[in-house]
Amino acid sequence: MSALEFDLKMRLRAGDHDFRLDAVHSLGEGGILGIRGPSGSGKTTLLRCLAGLYRPDSGCIKMGEETWFDSNGGLFLPVRRRSIGLVFQDYALFPHMTVYGNIHYATNDKDRTEELLELTRLTDIARHFPRELSGGQKQRTALARALGRNPRLLLLDEPLSALDEDLRQSLGEELLRVLSMTGVTAVLVSHSRQEIARLCTEVIELVEGKIKR
Amino acid sequence: MSFDPVPFKVSFLFGLWVTGILLVACFPLAWIFARSKGRWVPWIESVTTLPLVLSPTVLGFYLLIFLSPRGPVGAFFLRTFHVRLAFSFAGIVIAGCLASIPFMLSALRTGILSVPSQLLDASYTLGKGRLETIFRIVIPNMKSSIVAGVVNTFAHSLGEFGVVLMIGGSIPGVTKVVSIAVYERVESLDFAGAHVYAAILLALSYGGVLLLNFLQRREAKR
Repeated sequence: MSALEFDLKMRLRAGDHDFRLDAVHSLGEGGILGIRGPSGSGKTTLLRCLAGLYRPDSGCIKMGEETWFDSNGGLFLPVRRRSIGLVFQDYALFPHMTVYGNIHYATNDKDRTEELLELTRLTDIARHFPRELSGGQKQRTALARALGRNPRLLLLDEPLSALDEDLRQSLGEELLRVLSMTGVTAVLVSHSRQEIARLCTEVIELVEGKIKR
Repeated sequence: MSFDPVPFKVSFLFGLWVTGILLVACFPLAWIFARSKGRWVPWIESVTTLPLVLSPTVLGFYLLIFLSPRGPVGAFFLRTFHVRLAFSFAGIVIAGCLASIPFMLSALRTGILSVPSQLLDASYTLGKGRLETIFRIVIPNMKSSIVAGVVNTFAHSLGEFGVVLMIGGSIPGVTKVVSIAVYERVESLDFAGAHVYAAILLALSYGGVLLLNFLQRREAKR
């Protein structure tokens, strides 16, 4: 049975022309779906629709037995009620909180926070603020925070794009290790063909909102 | 020359009330102005900016009409709460709030806009609601704007003259604030007495603005 099923339609605007996002796909439990495509093809919009940050014009999103969006039934589960974790492209760490604080904000639990600090190898810098972190440390903090609520679906928006090539390689492996240890179903957006091939179990390519396999 | 400290006490209490009320009341309004894309927003926003350009006596005149015992608001307060607004401390606080709205509102609006929307989205994806996000993410990241709003509003309230005079007159210990005390001393040609009030008010205002500048510089260094 599929863990994630979606059929989404939404009118989008890129620059001076309109196009339609029209994406249908299903993903098995524990699978990692890679979405690649050029800038402005609708990758991030699709991810934000899955998260509940955008409301599609029509279609449906199902996560296991749960329906998150169904335009026919007028159902739209708000973002905070979806069991998701989202790693933003620029990480969106809370600047006034330490690494520990950022993760604890998600977990509300000391033990779980410490477990995630260990999993992402951040224990030594738990008291540091985001402004004191390197790009790789920020990425690991964002990942740990996104896993904080034990999400059923992890969404990653270009998680390695802000890093240099060497770091990208090593953190890609780190990401894979964490994903396989948690077994969480994930969707990863990237414009890098190699990154997607290395990290994902399934791949779709979006061009002007349409899936081109 | 005799120095009466009571106008300072009235001014200080007046400033505290106006600043406190506006801090709470302006936040939801600033949030709507910063986040809403409604077509009606510029219309309402322009009304709240009016006190910046309108003569205080004009604002005071209309407020007197509204707050007097025969005016709609004044009559309502008198009938319901048995409170007389014209020529009372409560009346000058209401008038002061309306006169100082732009100072608090623009600072809070700037602060809310300075918090990246990604941070709000991140909080929502972590299962948090709007109120928790505002208190735990938005407010801590706009502290300097809140301080700016508080200092500007308080400093402006300390120097309030026209509106207070129109609504409150000059009742010692009730509505006679420092700026009115200065005016009365000058009118009676007691320049030495006026100097004392004016110099203290000047020092307080400068201190407030100086504090604000230091805080903003410290924030910018972070």
